[in-house]
Amino acid sequence: MVKKGSVPVLEVEKLTVSYETERGVYQAVRDISFSVKSHESFGLVGESGSGKSTVALAIVRYLASNGKVTGGNVRFHGTDVYSLPISKLRSFWGSKIGMVYQNPQAALNPTITIGKQLAEMGKTHLGMSDREARQKACEILEMVAMPDPESVIDRYPYQLSGGMLQRCVIAMALITKPELLIMDEPTTGLDVTTQAVILDLIADLQKKFDSAILYITHNLAVVANICDRIGVMYAGNLMEQGTTQQVVAGSKHPYTFKLLECVPRFEHGRKKQLLSVIPGSIPRLDEIPRGCVFAPRCILAERTCSIERPPLIEIGQNHYTSCRLWKRVHELKAVKPEAIADRALEDIPFLKVTGVKKYYPARVKGEGIFGKRKRKYIKSVDGVTLWVNKGRTLGIVGESGSGKTTLARVISGLAGATSGDIELDGEKLGKTIPERKQTQLRKIQMVFQNPETSLNPYHTIAETVGRPITLMGKSNKREIRDRVISLLNAVKLSSHYYSRLPGELSGGEKQRVAIARAFASVPGLIILDEPLSSLDVSVQGSLLNLLIELQLQSATSYIFISHDLAVVQHISDWVVVMYLGHIVEWGDAVKVLKPPFHPYTEALLSAIPVIDSKGVRTRIRLEGSVPSALDIPSGCRFNTRCPRKPGEICRVEEPPWQEGKDDHWIRCHIPMDKLDKLQQPAMDKT
Amino acid sequence: MLRFTLRRLGFVLLTFLIASLLIFSLTEILPGDVATMVLGRFAAPSALQNLRAKLGLDRPVYIQYISWLSNFVIGKWGVSISTNADVLGLVMHRLRNSGMLALVGCLIYIPPGIFLGIVAAFRRNKWLDQIISMTSLAFIGLPEFVTGVILIAIFAIKLRIFPASSAIDPGASFIKILPQLILPGITIALTNLAYVIRMTRSSTVEVLQTEYVRSAYLKGLRPGYVLRKHVLKNALLPTVTIIAISIAYLIGGLIITESLFSYPGVGRLLLFAISHRDLPLIQATSMLIVLIFSVSNFFADIIYAYLDPRIRYK
Repeated sequence: MVKKGSVPVLEVEKLTVSYETERGVYQAVRDISFSVKSHESFGLVGESGSGKSTVALAIVRYLASNGKVTGGNVRFHGTDVYSLPISKLRSFWGSKIGMVYQNPQAALNPTITIGKQLAEMGKTHLGMSDREARQKACEILEMVAMPDPESVIDRYPYQLSGGMLQRCVIAMALITKPELLIMDEPTTGLDVTTQAVILDLIADLQKKFDSAILYITHNLAVVANICDRIGVMYAGNLMEQGTTQQVVAGSKHPYTFKLLECVPRFEHGRKKQLLSVIPGSIPRLDEIPRGCVFAPRCILAERTCSIERPPLIEIGQNHYTSCRLWKRVHELKAVKPEAIADRALEDIPFLKVTGVKKYYPARVKGEGIFGKRKRKYIKSVDGVTLWVNKGRTLGIVGESGSGKTTLARVISGLAGATSGDIELDGEKLGKTIPERKQTQLRKIQMVFQNPETSLNPYHTIAETVGRPITLMGKSNKREIRDRVISLLNAVKLSSHYYSRLPGELSGGEKQRVAIARAFASVPGLIILDEPLSSLDVSVQGSLLNLLIELQLQSATSYIFISHDLAVVQHISDWVVVMYLGHIVEWGDAVKVLKPPFHPYTEALLSAIPVIDSKGVRTRIRLEGSVPSALDIPSGCRFNTRCPRKPGEICRVEEPPWQEGKDDHWIRCHIPMDKLDKLQQPAMDKT
Repeated sequence: MLRFTLRRLGFVLLTFLIASLLIFSLTEILPGDVATMVLGRFAAPSALQNLRAKLGLDRPVYIQYISWLSNFVIGKWGVSISTNADVLGLVMHRLRNSGMLALVGCLIYIPPGIFLGIVAAFRRNKWLDQIISMTSLAFIGLPEFVTGVILIAIFAIKLRIFPASSAIDPGASFIKILPQLILPGITIALTNLAYVIRMTRSSTVEVLQTEYVRSAYLKGLRPGYVLRKHVLKNALLPTVTIIAISIAYLIGGLIITESLFSYPGVGRLLLFAISHRDLPLIQATSMLIVLIFSVSNFFADIIYAYLDPRIRYK
């Protein structure tokens, strides 16, 4: 008998998957080979269009009806999955192969209670009675650290938060102790703090169960933290495969190497240099290059690269790369991105926000059948004071529910403030857009998270970018056309894009158009609300560079809202940390993200997975999710989740603002020097 | 759930109240008052005056409304002007007939509609789906008087399977008149059948593409079980609403179909009342139709809440 752990649970060999579309047959996945043993976790990393999710669906033989495996095979414990009759396959699904999906809200049936959905597993695969299955569901929920499983079991999915739902989905997959667990982006879409807790949970469960794990994600840092081995996919091909150490620290493929460089890291500091980027964009399915799929974007590429597709070659023990020039990958290190010239700018406040509040009335159910409703308010933004200097960037960070987006809407006039003042360039602004003057409106522009929905799909790029110019009173067609083209050039889009529709553009290109539109009215302030979150890593870097360059040229102020602290630190001069409608810490970008910091900032930082975490980082995990803005905790708003809570005072008294060295403020009961001492030792090791 | 039911019931009462106000004022606005209608256009003014006093038409409008509404609630629906019969008895008798016809119609379109819709969704874009979808689209466009005439031509005149006329004896039992209900039943069902098929198909297609159905299959559950427990409940939600709305079409359809087949139902009664300007009869039949409509919507809401917990707990 073969020793356990040595036989792969899953073997994927030369897998090729094609999709039949109206315009032809396209290969979404080409010649992919890898294997996963029990006790092992294999991370499949790739940007959008890399085919990583197609691989997952091909493994469980659940491709869309137009998808087909056209080459290679998938073996589960040595059995070809595609030779099995469907009834046999069904006995594998759920019982031997478990799946966890990206969006737990969508993966659970909204009309069936959590308990019943969990119990289906026990009843179908373990032959349990209703009561046994329910009991089992309870046990497994306890195992995934679900608070109060007895009550959760009778609730419906919409009654639970995203993090809790993902626990349920993971629990559901684990009931049958599957031999293979496929996780497709299980933490994408969750808050960083929740992501950290779920990742801990997965790491913990790995020890308790001997399942083989296939972890699929776009986030290299996440994979680096929880996987033993990594495969990197690009445009349907496997580019590199090896142990986490081999791939992350000693990458031998230009794509992996550049991808790792694209991610802003804390050690980079603020705006010292532009980010390294991958030129060009991910090829579409219908224009996959003939040779190496990465060749058109590769700096090292030679003539042969674009003629013949290189095979996967073994270059070290179990370390594979599909680059024939892998020996030259280290040369890429020498290619340093441009440094950013520091600007001597006088600090003139451009935007001043004073004591701004935004309350939404909420109807709260009373007692009895026709019970009276109590009038209550959702205090989304509850007294915020901040300013942005001319030509500088203010970063706003916080979890969902912190009020950062509402604040942006209030400043832009999309939502009228309940109270407080907003002053722009020395002029007091009206609360809502109709109350503001045309000249004032021109000065504030917005860029939204999702360019798919923020651009009108039926307007050409020229119409979209030209509209603000027309609104400014220009009517000479030629003049407008020239201006649109110069704006397109400024965001690095050629004039070919002039008459195209958004549907013909990639996500990154669309966001460039949105940025061009924001600059069209020559604004003084641009509010960017999570502008990079929906984009791929390699695209994020180039947009971040673009934003910095445009700011240098135009001295436009930015408000940059993001949950990604590294990105915020990279682009911002000042940073504000928000929690439940309050600012808890603010100051110089570098200062805020170094100790001493507010316990909440500390927890946010600790939650971020870092690619090469040398030494031990302080592990601070927050319990539960942000409380409802309807019932804000008394005293310090953070006291219900604070890991450093010193005592009762936090529950009773609102903490004072403490001023630290050089433009740094913290709202906490713990004295600054004490915070510094508490937080310093752990951070030193980083 | 009790709270929800009571609140919905409150809405039904409110709808009913508003509709009663409209019906009352509409009949008030109509040219010529009841007295003129009864006594004719050339009646002596003094006679008109007397009758108005007798009928209470000289009182202020709001008092007339309140007394009319309270009489309606306690079942005093007055006397038909054109036939001198008791309105309540007349309407109730016709209601029983229309109810039987509507029941046959509903049986013909609701279960087959849902069934065909689901079949089409599962065979999406295959030939069976194409046939079902195309045929149902054709039926949506055809008005009752066309389908009714075609049905009569084929099944009553040519094949002689069912009678062309559905004039029935008063008080005849359901079983006895069933053959006479088939053709008018099909006539009122066809349009609604098409709507139910299309709605069920599109919502089932939508549900089949959701991630939770995918995850249900990948949990290893049997396809039949997935269909019953995961697909149906969610897919039928929009269908329930469509069925409730289809009751309105059904009533409209009744007026035409009952006339076409000379079937003694509420629809024909309403038509008769309008053409004879029989005010009490118009009011009573309209109120009854409003009642049927709001009650069927009430039941749709309850079923909806049963199917979707998010509604129930709101």
